[in-house]
Amino acid sequence: MVKKPQVFVLKSAGTNCDEETKMAFELAGACVEIGFSEELFTSKKNLDKFHTIVFPGGFSYGDDIAAGKVWATDIKYFFFEKLKNFIKQGKLILGICNGFQVLVKLGLLPALEAKMEQSVSLIFNDSARYEDRWVYLKGISKKSVFFEDTNELLYMPVAHAEGKFITKDNETLEKLFVNNQVIFQYVNKDGKRTGYPANPNGSVRNIAGICDATGRILGMMPHPERAVLKTQYPNWRRKEIKTHITGLTIIKNAVDYVKRILI
Amino acid sequence: MYYRIEVSTKPELPDPIGEDIKKDIYHLGLENIKNIRFIRIFILKTKKIKKTALLKISKDILADPISDIYNLDNHITHTKKKSTAFVEIAYLPGVMDPVALTTQRLLKKIGINFIEDVQTRNRYEISGLLNKRDIQFIVKKLLMNSQIQIWVKDEKKIFTHRKPAKTKIRKVNILEKSDKELLNISSVGLLSLNLEEMKKIQHYFALKRRDPVDIELETIAQTWSEHCVHKTFNGIINYNGNRINNLLRTTIMKATEELNSDFCISVFKDNAGIIKFTNDLSITFKVETHNHPSALEPYGGAGTGIGGVIRDTLGTGLGAKPIANTDIFCFGPMDFPMNKLPSGVLHPKRIFKGVIAGVRDYGNRMGIPTVNGAIIFDKAYLYNPVVYCGSIGIIPTRLSFKAPQAGDIIVVFGGKTGKDGIHGVTFASLELDEKSEISSSGAVQIGNPITEKKLTDALLEARNENLYNAITDCGGGGLSSAVGEMGKDLGVSVHLEKVPLKYEGLRYDEIWISESQERMVIAVPKKNMKRVKDIFNKHSVDFAPIGHFENTGKLKLFYNKHKVGEIEMNFLHKGYPQSRKNAYWKKKRFAEPSLRKKVNYENILLKLLHQPNIASKEVVIRQYDHEVQGLSALKPLTGKMNDGPSDGAILRPSPDSKKGIVISCGINPYYGKIDPYWMAVSSIEEAMRNAVSCGGNPNKSAILDNFSWGDVNNPKILGELVRASFGCYDTSTALKVPFISGKDSLNNVFSLNGKKKSILSTLLISCISICDDVTRSPSSDFKKEGSLIYIIGKTKKEMGGSHYYRLFNKTGNSVPKLNFKLSYKILNKIYNVIKKGYVNSIHDCSEGGIGVALAEMSIGGRLGATLNIENINKEGNLRIDELLFSESNSRFIVEIPERKKKMFEKVIQGIPFAQIGNVENSGKLMIFKKKRGIAELKINKMVSNWKQRITW
Repeated sequence: MVKKPQVFVLKSAGTNCDEETKMAFELAGACVEIGFSEELFTSKKNLDKFHTIVFPGGFSYGDDIAAGKVWATDIKYFFFEKLKNFIKQGKLILGICNGFQVLVKLGLLPALEAKMEQSVSLIFNDSARYEDRWVYLKGISKKSVFFEDTNELLYMPVAHAEGKFITKDNETLEKLFVNNQVIFQYVNKDGKRTGYPANPNGSVRNIAGICDATGRILGMMPHPERAVLKTQYPNWRRKEIKTHITGLTIIKNAVDYVKRILI
Repeated sequence: MYYRIEVSTKPELPDPIGEDIKKDIYHLGLENIKNIRFIRIFILKTKKIKKTALLKISKDILADPISDIYNLDNHITHTKKKSTAFVEIAYLPGVMDPVALTTQRLLKKIGINFIEDVQTRNRYEISGLLNKRDIQFIVKKLLMNSQIQIWVKDEKKIFTHRKPAKTKIRKVNILEKSDKELLNISSVGLLSLNLEEMKKIQHYFALKRRDPVDIELETIAQTWSEHCVHKTFNGIINYNGNRINNLLRTTIMKATEELNSDFCISVFKDNAGIIKFTNDLSITFKVETHNHPSALEPYGGAGTGIGGVIRDTLGTGLGAKPIANTDIFCFGPMDFPMNKLPSGVLHPKRIFKGVIAGVRDYGNRMGIPTVNGAIIFDKAYLYNPVVYCGSIGIIPTRLSFKAPQAGDIIVVFGGKTGKDGIHGVTFASLELDEKSEISSSGAVQIGNPITEKKLTDALLEARNENLYNAITDCGGGGLSSAVGEMGKDLGVSVHLEKVPLKYEGLRYDEIWISESQERMVIAVPKKNMKRVKDIFNKHSVDFAPIGHFENTGKLKLFYNKHKVGEIEMNFLHKGYPQSRKNAYWKKKRFAEPSLRKKVNYENILLKLLHQPNIASKEVVIRQYDHEVQGLSALKPLTGKMNDGPSDGAILRPSPDSKKGIVISCGINPYYGKIDPYWMAVSSIEEAMRNAVSCGGNPNKSAILDNFSWGDVNNPKILGELVRASFGCYDTSTALKVPFISGKDSLNNVFSLNGKKKSILSTLLISCISICDDVTRSPSSDFKKEGSLIYIIGKTKKEMGGSHYYRLFNKTGNSVPKLNFKLSYKILNKIYNVIKKGYVNSIHDCSEGGIGVALAEMSIGGRLGATLNIENINKEGNLRIDELLFSESNSRFIVEIPERKKKMFEKVIQGIPFAQIGNVENSGKLMIFKKKRGIAELKINKMVSNWKQRITW
């Protein structure tokens, strides 16, 4: 019998997208558990068993201080070595929305030149407020194992107040592109990079998601786990929803990678 | 020692928060404002000076290395200009400051032990040609709320708690007091008890031959408050000479009893009503009002409103899982002149922004989607806004009931107890006046949604393991109401010193009646305590056993081993004197206006689309996470560009089933101005029309009532309540849709120069309905060129209270009525055609009539249409404006594919219908009467009028 990919959806106080993330990975054929860092990284759960860790969306610690900051600090102080070791074993990490903010603040993304310190940030949207809207994403790099070129735009929602992607400096920004670490950009329905609302938060160069140098860690502001069923789409009554442009493809790619390479 | 660390966005980066405030200042009329930069302040208390450590904290934790600058012990300044002013705002001691709390916990957790206390402040660097008075104006109107904050002029000054006072047991001498003195005791103690009630209490304690302890008096006042026992609804009303004993029981609850619907699991007895969804799962629904707190502190008031109703869901049965929120607001006009605003009243725009931000931050942080709502703007709500918050939950049916057992331990968990919201309940039953800003400051609470999220996660885990016998939430009246209510059939002993406190200095009676947020109570059998502790610890949830249930029939209160109170449960819960009130109602006569026969219909329709009550609420809806949890199958915004208005929302709880939950509402206070009876009737039918449009089954629908009324001691206004309740009964029974829960908020009155200003009598009807197949549910946007457009239902000359009349500042008399039998038939037939899959799109006709409904469908689909209004099924001879803008009930506009015409018309035989046109890809809505062109509207123009009204 083929073993099922094992996914751990991490949770903190204020995480609130854990259950739909679990459901999405289950739909993609994985076996999923939800729990706190203390459970995963200490003896209670066997970290070795898992192939993928997901940092899901939500408001970890209420976004107090800054989005993702408290959770990232907590991981840094107590579980960083274990997490780095997990990465070294060739396994996968996905950060969605608040999870992306955590990965960025931990320095796991983009980790240019393998330096695990924060070099980019996700700050307040230009609109200064939380917004929930559906966006088109264009995949511009095949570096991430989570993305395979579809030649079509992906469509899924963003829902955040702090999602404007910025970099420390221009050099960092250029390197991200040169290294093909920018995976998704916000575009309009015609695939063009335009301003608000297509770029919902004012991210530099419309960056919506990036990966690390290995392609095995992905962080993105949009929510693929909210776009896995036809009826979750806002426009399913008007047109056919092709499965290969849903958020489920991103999750499926990850699950398939694990099946292909890790088990 | 106190150290301050300032953090701000780098000067070269834009500061969106500052920009947003700048916009608001500009809107205040201060156009000289140049720039605002926002600076976050952390004040850390340490015993020793450890500058390097503090610098490290600033760099690693408090500031973002990419986007922020920070400064230890020096001010950050972005400009060097002289005309720059700095304003620093601090929280008052004891007010919830989540950021400070999180920071303190984090520092402790990572081993930084020398920080003893953290406080945060907001600092604003304001530049522009502004004088002192301008700055004061900005602070007062925008930057600070004196309920919870203080403008710090001397930045070195630190605010801390007063030292705890020694607790002495205080008796209140009432036995020998005169009537006048009794009333004085009630008013000084903010008890809101009337003379008859005070005398009843006096009599009770006279039999006991002792004076009450203050805590006993407080407990009785809380339990007997309008908020808790609904004295008016349950009392005796002399209505136009007829005696009504218990209005609620003889109208709304009676309808439910008579209908005896098999899908109702629990009605009117729990924190929410429960209806059956599948064999194993049920749905809970509760809607609350939070008007008074939102008037004083909109952000905190609305946030704790939503937080409270979510706890109602958690406290229903043995605990339901919250899956959606609703919000319905009534505000004063957004463009009300600032200089005409009475003192003590916040500007509607501030209330609007604060309330929405409060609901947004609480719901979003909890991870509960806000899926349905409405906003009404009217002068009647200038002094008292109306804020309704609803919560929908899902629960295994077998867990729908609860009962504490003697011996069970009372465990309080979630937030800690502070002085927040003391006297909130009795305050809610009082009227506001110009001094309210000061005298009621204790009544304002600020919530912390993350505390409630942790509580939710821990609670559902404990529920799934069957670890407790009963649960309820601490809402109005705090522990006093929660524990008192839970133990009313048994008896309880409570040890108040065991309640976890936020800070020292609370008296025993304050602990008992505090309305601190995010607290709940469960009844845990002794053997389960260990497991309960483990679960709460795992989720970092504070908790404490504070007493136990016992078979004594008494409420016994202890503080540090002294008994501080003992009251019979029977007296507490049944001893209050039934209220007696007079009410009368006489039909008001508003002149039926004679408007010009010929008007420019294009202009009228564009104006209607631009009316705040009709215009797009997108700017609000997008701020709510309306799809977290991933259950959404119909979003509040729909159509080609995701901006058309939906009639309701659909949730699909399981991907394995096509079954869905429909949520909708109906509200129209303008009809109530003319006749509250027909307001109730129309609101119920509107809620039902909206639900059925979304594919809801009218025979598996239930409704909730929420009355927000004015001064019910005024017989006229109470008469309106009676009249509305009669409407509720008649419609509920005729449409066979039971009420399952409700809530009233009475006395929404503001005293201005001795004159009482009541709100419009406002009834909200919320509806929950089952949709058997969400994949068949249509939405309101036109779908396809060439398809046929029908109007179902009869259009009558019913313009009274219409938005069309309101354009001319008229009310009129001809309020929409209802043919009850026909309505039932229409709702069922519409359900059938949707279920059979005949319908492309459908929209309820309500505010603005056929004209607005068609325009909205056209906007949603970005598709035009050609229509002949001559065909409309009508009663008598109607003018064009009447045809287009009458708000008659029981009408829908339906779009069907041409090939389904025959089948469709076969099903709808027996109800009035008419085919009136076609959907076209013309970019225009073209309305004809026979061959004569009446109006030709470009979709783009309609879109801009509709969307560019309510902006943030």
